[in-house]
Amino acid sequence: MCLAIPGRVEEVTTEDGLRIGRVNFGGVVKRVCLDYVPEVEVGDYTIVHVGFAISKIDEETAEQTLADFRAMGVLDEELADEEAQFARAAKAPQSNCPDGSCTEIGKKLLN
Amino acid sequence: MKYLTEFRNGEIAQRMAREIALITTRRWKIMEVCGGQTHSIIKNGIDQMLPAAVEMVHGPGCPVCVTPLELIDKALAIAAQPRVIFCSFGDMLRVPGTEGDLFQVKGRGGDVRVVYSPLDAVDLAVKNPDKQVVFFGVGFETTAPANAMSVHVAKRRGLKNFSLLVSHVLVPPAIEAIMSAPGNQVQAFLAAGHVCSVMGYWEYPPLADKFGIPIVVTGFEPLDLLDGIRRAVLQLERGEHRVENAYERIVTYAGNLEAQKMLAEVFEVRDRAWRGIGVIPNSGWRLSAAYRAFDAEERFQIAGIRTVESPLCHAGDVLRGALKPAECPAFAKQCTPRHPLGATMVSSEGACAAYFNYGRFLSAEELANAGAVHG
Repeated sequence: MCLAIPGRVEEVTTEDGLRIGRVNFGGVVKRVCLDYVPEVEVGDYTIVHVGFAISKIDEETAEQTLADFRAMGVLDEELADEEAQFARAAKAPQSNCPDGSCTEIGKKLLN
Repeated sequence: MKYLTEFRNGEIAQRMAREIALITTRRWKIMEVCGGQTHSIIKNGIDQMLPAAVEMVHGPGCPVCVTPLELIDKALAIAAQPRVIFCSFGDMLRVPGTEGDLFQVKGRGGDVRVVYSPLDAVDLAVKNPDKQVVFFGVGFETTAPANAMSVHVAKRRGLKNFSLLVSHVLVPPAIEAIMSAPGNQVQAFLAAGHVCSVMGYWEYPPLADKFGIPIVVTGFEPLDLLDGIRRAVLQLERGEHRVENAYERIVTYAGNLEAQKMLAEVFEVRDRAWRGIGVIPNSGWRLSAAYRAFDAEERFQIAGIRTVESPLCHAGDVLRGALKPAECPAFAKQCTPRHPLGATMVSSEGACAAYFNYGRFLSAEELANAGAVHG
């Protein structure tokens, strides 16, 4: 829920008074609001949470983090489109804890 | 540890874990308050790498888990209305209210959409002037700037058909509440890295001083977590209680000032109920007076919500002494302090919660045999 994913800014435009960037997350490109990171320009890396860039980071850190998040399986989850999210929900059991952390804790406590 | 052994830095991780074991001379309890960190700790087996004396305690770091059932019920009631487009992040779809969840509301004809950004919901409002578009804004400080901007943009564009259902909670007041609770055993905190990327960590030194606890700003990746834990243990062993930043590549002391400026304009601090914990003073945000017109709770005035906790719950029997907590079929299965089905598990002083916490240190078999303990 609170993960921010690093990506590379490929283009910056202005839409309805907002600074909007096209940000590439290891192949998946999303529209991202850059209003909170005025210092970020095309070619820079930034970490993005729910469509908003919140911090500039260096390329090496970004690429490492992207690789780690991909290995941990969180990248696909964070960047899934609407169709994929509904498809996942259709298979998922009801849960108060969508990321499963609490369920895993529960299992761990009992085993 | 299934994944960490293949992790690119597996060897470094093992070395860090050995270092933590070397510097540890006493038992320590360290809490993280971030679902992402909890997930990473469990998934990567980091707690299993640590010496037995260092225990990670998983705090209320999941914003969905602490959202009161009543608010989930309100979301479901609004989403089911005709001429409403109800937008949310995907992870809310299967969160159960008293009756059903958002995915089921969609199945019954409700217009429920998953968006990537709250700004996508604002776009939907622009494109659908004959519909009310509601965005379910659930989250900690990390998510709040995005939700704040959506309301700010909606106001600037004069949109009458966009509103935000706000469920925002704040980390520092939760730390204060946990440390102030009678019987608290937590001795140090890992502060959530991405929360701090927005808020900085200027709010934490007063907490470290007041309670004499180390607080280490920590990231999510295995090495980040091990480094955060190592630094916390080092402070504990030395009898220090400072705020340290172990996530310098992302987090600054001041945080993101642009985002904080927007938060201060759009939101104001309020007391807030945390499911499973109770009301924590000044621990949430609501829309400020200038933006109150965009509050979905005000706009829809959902009345008559009868929040009913689960029928699996036998709290009444437990209270009457007819059933011991561990004899309840839901105990520690569907029902835990984090996902309480009833009042006895909701309150930290409730019999089931106390029993559960005691039972943490027992195996499932021992737990079942320990039925004679009075809660």
